[in-house]
Amino acid sequence: MEFRYLPMTEADKKEMLDKIGVSSTEELFSDIPQEVRLDRELNLKKPASEYELKKELTEMASKNANLTEYRSFLGAGVYDHFIPSVVDHVISRQEFYTSYTPYQPEMTQGELQAMFEFQTMISEITGMPIVNSSLYDGGTAVVEAVYLSVVQTKRKKILVSAVLHPEYRQLVHTASKGKGLEIVEIGHKDGQTDLEQLEKELDEDTASVIVQYPNFLGQIEPLEKINELIKKQPKTMFIVSSNPLSLGYLTPPSEFGADIVVGDTQVFGIPAQLGGPHCGYFATTQKLMRKVPGRFVGETVDEEGGRGFVLALQTREQHIRREKATSNITSNQALNAVASSAAMSALGKHGVKDMAKLNMQKARYTKQQLEEVNLPAAFSGSFFNEFVVKLSKPVSEVNEKLFEKGFVGGFDLGRTYPELENHMLIATTEIRSKEEIDAFVKEMGDING
Amino acid sequence: MAKENFPLIFERSKEGKSGYNLPALDVPEVNLEEELDDAYIRKVDAELPEVDELELMRHYTGLSNRNFGILSGFYPLGSCTMKYNPVINEDVARLPGFSHIHPYQDTKTIQGALKLMYDLQVHLEEITGMQEITLQPAAGSQGEWTALMIFKAFHEANGESHRNEVIVPDSAHGTNPASAAVAGFKVVEVKSNEKGLVDVEDLRSVVNENTAALMLTNPNTLGLFETEILEMSEIIHEAGGKMYYDGANLNAIMGYARPGDMGFDAVHLNLHKTFTGPHGGGGPGSGPIGVTEELAPFLPKPVVREKDGMYDFDYDLPQSIGMVKGYYGNFGINVRAYTYIRTMGAEGLKKVSEYAVLNANYIMRSLEEKYQLPFTQHCKHEFVISGNKQKAQGVRTLDIAKRLMDFDIHPPTVYFPLIVGEALMIEPTETESKETLDHFIESMIQIADEAENNPEIVQKAPYETDVKRLDETRASRKPVLSYQKQITKEA
Repeated sequence: MEFRYLPMTEADKKEMLDKIGVSSTEELFSDIPQEVRLDRELNLKKPASEYELKKELTEMASKNANLTEYRSFLGAGVYDHFIPSVVDHVISRQEFYTSYTPYQPEMTQGELQAMFEFQTMISEITGMPIVNSSLYDGGTAVVEAVYLSVVQTKRKKILVSAVLHPEYRQLVHTASKGKGLEIVEIGHKDGQTDLEQLEKELDEDTASVIVQYPNFLGQIEPLEKINELIKKQPKTMFIVSSNPLSLGYLTPPSEFGADIVVGDTQVFGIPAQLGGPHCGYFATTQKLMRKVPGRFVGETVDEEGGRGFVLALQTREQHIRREKATSNITSNQALNAVASSAAMSALGKHGVKDMAKLNMQKARYTKQQLEEVNLPAAFSGSFFNEFVVKLSKPVSEVNEKLFEKGFVGGFDLGRTYPELENHMLIATTEIRSKEEIDAFVKEMGDING
Repeated sequence: MAKENFPLIFERSKEGKSGYNLPALDVPEVNLEEELDDAYIRKVDAELPEVDELELMRHYTGLSNRNFGILSGFYPLGSCTMKYNPVINEDVARLPGFSHIHPYQDTKTIQGALKLMYDLQVHLEEITGMQEITLQPAAGSQGEWTALMIFKAFHEANGESHRNEVIVPDSAHGTNPASAAVAGFKVVEVKSNEKGLVDVEDLRSVVNENTAALMLTNPNTLGLFETEILEMSEIIHEAGGKMYYDGANLNAIMGYARPGDMGFDAVHLNLHKTFTGPHGGGGPGSGPIGVTEELAPFLPKPVVREKDGMYDFDYDLPQSIGMVKGYYGNFGINVRAYTYIRTMGAEGLKKVSEYAVLNANYIMRSLEEKYQLPFTQHCKHEFVISGNKQKAQGVRTLDIAKRLMDFDIHPPTVYFPLIVGEALMIEPTETESKETLDHFIESMIQIADEAENNPEIVQKAPYETDVKRLDETRASRKPVLSYQKQITKEA
């Protein structure tokens, strides 16, 4: 078998063995004790030729119903948005996708500057002054925010809104077991965080309160009122998980007293790809800068006074601080941060706002049309691009019928909210045309009629 | 004279330019301002750049030209396995059937994706010798933490929640102690001996009834195989602890030995290292873990299972530690790793390790005259030399690293592991040709000669890069982390 990634010839090998002073490569492995040596070949599928493998994997991919062929009304944290062509061309530059973390800044100014620009863009969108160069995804960013609040306040009680993304909540629960944290879930009322319960649970042991804006059910949470409640406990930190696209039109959480704003930039230039990789962002106040997890890129000068960029504040990080680090995180999602930066640059100041509004317009049209077929929205509050309707049948049954007609239906809320059985969370993004929405509404009416 | 600054995208911005066309507003417009509470309508727009498409492409192309990738040149960064990232991987990962699928689609509509995940798990189980794999962790450090949380849950289930100590060698990656701390463990260090291996007697002395686990990289960060591994496993297991394998260095032993056969109870893999991820400038990666049968019930949920040729997610794991990452891990990276494994097969992967080890030993023996070699036995896929000889001549390891840039070579990992003074950690990988290795060796020898005869050349390097040496202290003392903030500061 030929291996196109292995360049050594037999002659090369012989010369190298001579230099090393051994007669075979086998001798180089003689330090591995016989008892742990594998005395057989690994039992894996045979190596495949390039042509055969591509054919097989293309067939495998075609067994998945993909969103370019189906019309999707599914969101729930992962959205089907327009991705400008520039994005993939930018991240296909090998200098971006094959490079390592820019620990040697003289050679990696491009990556460092791209991260610095990402930090600036997220700072602009969230209104928070301090932004890191990205984290794994929105969910793990929430977990890191929780850790920070625990370190900062030296408290262990965390209040989590039940309409924070259910998977994000699960991550917080998992993480709490490592640090011995107490997690209290605050229920929802008419689709929004229950403020009465929040007020009741909030006390001098509370490290932080986490809400999502717009929340998992699409509703625009009353951050102003939530902040007023939280400020009654001056040390308690206010963490907001926010869809950055929505902030093109909605007032950013920074104006409602948020201490940490996190979320996922998947909405900007990153395909759904079964939920990962996406790209978490982490934005906070000046005061908390030195406690932030992950990497920062900072501006500096070189020996000749020219502008340059380097990894800054590295003494927070694991490779230096080891067990005393602010987090165990080593990587960010640099390539996806570049993708999102390219998308945000293409959209620019006006495009992000236009795109946010377009989402709101199309979602409102979908909602109105569904009302016409007797499927009114379940909650009365204002929303971004997602809303909930109650169906007459189980959501899974409706979705199967929709699928036959070429639609990917909305999220089945009964999966994670027992009280919302037969409720569907419907997302309409800017790429759904009126024609597609009308066809979807007609099917929904027929199926639920 | 300083070169002219490469502009920030914000400095290219000009009001009125645009680089986008959104789909049309084809539905009747509603007045959003009437509907929303005014307090929730943004008043000041985010100052994102306004650029046209050509300007945008020139900007990012310019940035990429100011960066260094594996296709730019040799990248012998120790512990990072900077091997060639096959281009077929990129094509496959971009197939719409893999890239444009939603995590909440009905699993009946994503059978191809689930089959790929399942098959990848099976392949990784065989490569590592572990019973079950989860693909959920996003990167190696998350994999470490996940495994430690599994150990914790296991000990608790056995009524041994007092086990709160994790043993870590002094040569370990910084992530090991950091992950242990985040998982709520106390870190205990074990010393290395004069051969660069874990001092087994010291290990015996630090083990006790509170030992939860030992975290080990094998071959270790010096590139040396821990020959007493079975004894170490026995010591830990007899004390009731678990063995954790940091898979950063798996590239050295594929097909030769498996962590599962050395007594490890949990293993993480860096799919972006060993299995050609790629690295993406710092991520995304993928850090699956494998565990023994005894620990499988504690894996994060969901796991992918097969039944009668159909694949599904299994959430029914009552002892699971819970989810560790949203959805099912970094699927896009897993697709690339699967493509690579299928290209290589068992025969290819064993050759990968064979050549990775051959290349490292070849460089090591070619450099040992000019540089101090602290550990002289054969290495595995990487090795560590010390710049102590050059330090005596006034040249630091950092200088050597910077000088390498002038030869179009990315510097090795420097000042790690911490137990070797002026360390340079060199990992060539198997995908490099002898010509490339020789170019590196000649460059390193030239630098050693320069250090001896004309140290200033090395001390003032690099000469050929886009910027000269940068003031890193200033960046941390007076941090400027975004463009806008700079303006505010000056104002």
